[in-house]
Amino acid sequence: MSEQTSVDEQAALPLEEQSNGKRRTMTLNMGPQHPSTHGVLRVVVDLDGEVIRHAAADIGYLHTGIEKQCEVRTWQQVVPLTDRVDYLANLSNNLAYCLAVEKLLGMEIPRRAQWMRVMLTELTRINSHLVWLGTHALDIGAMTMFFYCFRERENILRLFEMFSGQRMMTSYFRIGGLALEAPRGWQHAVGKFIRAFPDSIEQYENLLNANPIWMERTKGIAHMTLDDMLNLGVTGPMIRAAGLAWDIRKDEPYSAYSEFDFQVPTRTESDVYARFQVRMDELRESTKIVIQALEGMPEGEFQAEAPGIVLPEREAMKTQMEAMIYHFKIISEGFRVPPGEAYVAVESPRGELGYYVVSDGATNPYRVFMRTPSFGNLIALGPMLQDKLIADSIAALGSMDFVLGDTDR
Amino acid sequence: MNPDLTSILGNFYVLTLIKLALVAFVLLTALAYLQWIERKVIAHIQLRVGPTRVGPHGLLQPLADTIKLLTKEDLVPAHVNKFFYVLAPMMAVFFALSAIAVIPFGPKINIFGIETYMQLSDLNIGLLYLLALSGMGVYGIALAGWSSNNKYSLIGGLRSSAQMISYELPLALAIASPLLLAGSLSLREIAESQAGFMLGFIPRWSIFQMPAPQILAFVLFMIAGFAETNRVPFDLPEAENELVAGFHTEYSSMKFASFFMAEYANMVTLCSVATLLFLGGWYPLVPAPVDGFIPPLLLWAGGAMLIFHGLQPARKWDKYTMPAFGAVFLLAGFAFLIPFLQPVLVPLFWFVSKVGILLFLFIWVRATLPRFRYDQLMRFAWAFMFPVSVVHLFATALLVALLK
Repeated sequence: MSEQTSVDEQAALPLEEQSNGKRRTMTLNMGPQHPSTHGVLRVVVDLDGEVIRHAAADIGYLHTGIEKQCEVRTWQQVVPLTDRVDYLANLSNNLAYCLAVEKLLGMEIPRRAQWMRVMLTELTRINSHLVWLGTHALDIGAMTMFFYCFRERENILRLFEMFSGQRMMTSYFRIGGLALEAPRGWQHAVGKFIRAFPDSIEQYENLLNANPIWMERTKGIAHMTLDDMLNLGVTGPMIRAAGLAWDIRKDEPYSAYSEFDFQVPTRTESDVYARFQVRMDELRESTKIVIQALEGMPEGEFQAEAPGIVLPEREAMKTQMEAMIYHFKIISEGFRVPPGEAYVAVESPRGELGYYVVSDGATNPYRVFMRTPSFGNLIALGPMLQDKLIADSIAALGSMDFVLGDTDR
Repeated sequence: MNPDLTSILGNFYVLTLIKLALVAFVLLTALAYLQWIERKVIAHIQLRVGPTRVGPHGLLQPLADTIKLLTKEDLVPAHVNKFFYVLAPMMAVFFALSAIAVIPFGPKINIFGIETYMQLSDLNIGLLYLLALSGMGVYGIALAGWSSNNKYSLIGGLRSSAQMISYELPLALAIASPLLLAGSLSLREIAESQAGFMLGFIPRWSIFQMPAPQILAFVLFMIAGFAETNRVPFDLPEAENELVAGFHTEYSSMKFASFFMAEYANMVTLCSVATLLFLGGWYPLVPAPVDGFIPPLLLWAGGAMLIFHGLQPARKWDKYTMPAFGAVFLLAGFAFLIPFLQPVLVPLFWFVSKVGILLFLFIWVRATLPRFRYDQLMRFAWAFMFPVSVVHLFATALLVALLK
């Protein structure tokens, strides 16, 4: 908060005082309405010609009070809210929240549901990275990339629609498993997409990797040392591009990730190009995971055996007295979660996404706090842009891959 | 032909006025449709279909856009410097359009008994005039950026001044070497110096012409031209991802359209100059008499293709529109066989198709390449383009002096 006031105060000062008697700078407000801030981010930059002398991100324009809203919903009703936090990686948010509540409940999730969750979160990662690649390239001026990426993203959204009935706000994960059994023919649909996808990655790389202008614009730009990143709490592809192979899927496996074979791509240059390469490699790794999940999907239940928490089947609800009572209780009052607190972190496409959930034994959460990766990563913007050019700020913003909903909640 | 009419038409002023009206009409229509083509081509590169709503295949889109822009409220924000704010788009469009005056579109023709050049004004310093105008063109953008009193516009205007002045040098140097071959500053004479064929089949265009083929100069000219017209990858003054809309952020309605028109007019001028200097102007790729048969054959092939597509309509209206366009193409093909029109149409066809291919290159590049950064662009101009064009100019001069 103090950062924000200082930014506003500084913008209000006359030019001479802003610069503390040094060279006069021009203060430029980039955003909240700006084509490249990906939503409603405001970056206040002090310009000396084209050179940025000071940059500060001003966030909060998309604050929707989701954390507070969670406290007045039943445990299950929070899941659709988590979709809205990071709308490009909704299933990662669903997963982190469900895992946290399941930890409090001490539930065992069937293997099939876990594998499904892994497969769908990896599709989410591909989806999110495609949006990142398209908009990042668009920011740097290669506008055709955007359409090529959205062509593949459209296929993923169709898959999501097939699974959950929704393209973006899927809310497909439930406390105790999945919302629905996978639709008929899902193997074919997912297989068709994922087997063709490596060719698309190839195509993107051909368009950008061999392009001297792209290299000029990304190599050595927005460099930041690993130590600085660790101090600021940067996670995800950005820190992996700085050389640290920190991936929660590998280091603290959740769901069924320990059963999958995949690499954690890293680079050491810690510039925009390294981040680009890391994410491109992650697209390949995610493809590998999805193919493994497709081929080795275990049979079994898609929901845990937990009456009173997981909704009974429709047929059972109509024919059995107990099931009907459970159904009524879950729908009207919700289920109770034992008092306690739990923190679960998952590797969202952007980095460490943590859900800290506190229960006082009621049917709604006492507190849901989200440790969102976009917020952690965006802090690095100011130091990263110091003494760089305006055009670099666009490349840097793109390479951070933040979602403002994720930052502001 | 009535001798009175011939003498009236032959009058220099009357003739120039008629030519002016014709060129202005064709040029402005072409500019509007160039935008349509750009939208269509980029759309197809990007897996879209582009304008389809207004008229068949969106062909009336330029008209709709013009009406929209003309009838939109003409906003002048309160914080601008009004005089320069209004002057800037006028300057941009004035300098862009007046450059067309010296462009010859074809050879000397004889029509209704009057001999005339297909050119508005054959200045003997045509090239210098063009360079002067393109230099003045910076003022439109720089003034727009400064007078808008908007920080984005200001940065856009500053970038533009620096960029256009830097690229003016390699552009002028790239122009200078074909001048050495032709030995004239008049665009018509430069084009005429490229008539004929070497060894009977290689056209004597500057890019092939012995003793000093100008391929490198052509490439340099085109690169500098991209920068000069502020097109991708040098579209820094209006880089929408960085500067919102750059120098024309505060402009709306016809004033905005003027900048747009100026950009497209500059593109057309540049491609025409490139054609005249390097690609032999209106002279054909193949020797006579084959050159006269190529245009009708191409048009017929295009017409046949359109009719063929019309027989298997992909969309609802294709079965009517495609054969109709096909018929127009077929008829246009026959027009090239009329002896009376042939000497006018054939050179015009070669000129227009060369310009068209270069314009397509502009559009293609726009859909493909990312944007340079400001300092990289300046480095590219001064550290690469400038020395290379100087060396190339000296090499050409040496070759011409020794061998010609």
